[in-house]
Amino acid sequence: MLSEFNYHRPESLDDAIELINTTVDGLFLAGGQTILPLMKHNLATPTDIIDLASIEELKGISVNDESITIGAMTSHTTVAKSQIVRDNFLSLAELAGAIGDPHIRNKGTIGGSIAYNDPAADYPAALLGLGATVFTNKREISADDFFVDIFETALEEGELIIRIDFPFVDCTAYEKFANPASLFALVGVMVSRNDSIVRVAVTGAGPSVFRINQIEKALEASFTAASLDEVPIKHADLNTDLHASAEYRAHLIKVLAARAVRKAANQLDQKAPHL
Amino acid sequence: MTTVSMTVNGKVVTHEVKNHTLLIDFIRETLDLTGTHVGCDTSQCGTCTIHVNNMSVKACTMLALQAEGAEILTIEGVANANVLHPMQQAFAQNHGLQCGFCTPGMIMTALALIKDNPNPTEEEVRLELDGNLCRCTGYQNIVTAILEGARAMRAQ
Ligand code: FES
Ligand code: FES
Repeated sequence: MLSEFNYHRPESLDDAIELINTTVDGLFLAGGQTILPLMKHNLATPTDIIDLASIEELKGISVNDESITIGAMTSHTTVAKSQIVRDNFLSLAELAGAIGDPHIRNKGTIGGSIAYNDPAADYPAALLGLGATVFTNKREISADDFFVDIFETALEEGELIIRIDFPFVDCTAYEKFANPASLFALVGVMVSRNDSIVRVAVTGAGPSVFRINQIEKALEASFTAASLDEVPIKHADLNTDLHASAEYRAHLIKVLAARAVRKAANQLDQKAPHL
Repeated sequence: MTTVSMTVNGKVVTHEVKNHTLLIDFIRETLDLTGTHVGCDTSQCGTCTIHVNNMSVKACTMLALQAEGAEILTIEGVANANVLHPMQQAFAQNHGLQCGFCTPGMIMTALALIKDNPNPTEEEVRLELDGNLCRCTGYQNIVTAILEGARAMRAQ
């Protein structure tokens, strides 16, 4: 049973911010696919729920010369099916299309997912692996600074995610090994390459999404799966739970990174048939 | 308490609800539409699947107030008076249920899939069932029923 709360459904961003600042313990509601289960267990007991569903500024997907922009309230299904996303970031569309199950994807949003920063969520890997930027009502925050620790982000009180910008890259791929029961990532690896810069972000394996410097360096030297063979993956800080040991997760990181690199390198070949 | 209005199976309904009322409780308790089931209440089993604005959602993981102004379809709105929908017939004919507890959610999921993809492959059907659990059938006949139901719907 959920505890009682006041319910608001503001129509503008300004109203939403004003509301959150005047409530005792207000909470923004995006798709509710995380927060409602938490509220059922009384792990969250807000005095006020501020439903963001009617705010137009938080919706939609657009593209310009440098990046694509996804509104915070865009559902996983919308991202997965968006032609703009599919044309420019197939890895992101595929990632969104494999979150949870179809019903959850219809309600869950990108803003909600990253604001929560579940250690096994997929979107944090997308933002970090693609070098995205989060725009809030107060500032812009690079993905490198946004994800702080387990269930913790750089967001302050009264700060609301408006949109996320993904700058174009030369190639990218995401590979995950999903826990078959929870459908969360046991490990997920997002790889991207842009000119000489390679980013590799890992979710599911640690307390929060992280980049692996040694893999990035190896791939910057040679963007091939084979170049990962000799890279040691330390498992001391990785998660051990009933689903997998830290050693197994370390192993998965390498296997999945190699798969993602093969997939991404393939796109490069297709983009430049003359090479 | 807040007043909420929505269209359920083609009928406009308006009720006062407590703010923390879940959509599933509104449908089952307030509207007395008990065809939509609750198997887990934790977003896992999919027996509570309904359509909100033409999309499948888990009614246990949504507030009634989030459905303000929405078009809702539940299993009770699927048949045409006493004539079963082709998808319901396909479940009956292909032994797509044993105890039947999961069936309303399975059928609502199947109908959501077919709206987007009228001719799904077996693999696509299995993927779409990621969020629906059945403790009886072993899924085989559910998949067969959905493929058969899709065929019958295309033939209509
Ligand atoms: S009752 Fe909603 S998913 Fe099980
Ligand atoms: S038929 Fe019994 S749970 Fe599916």
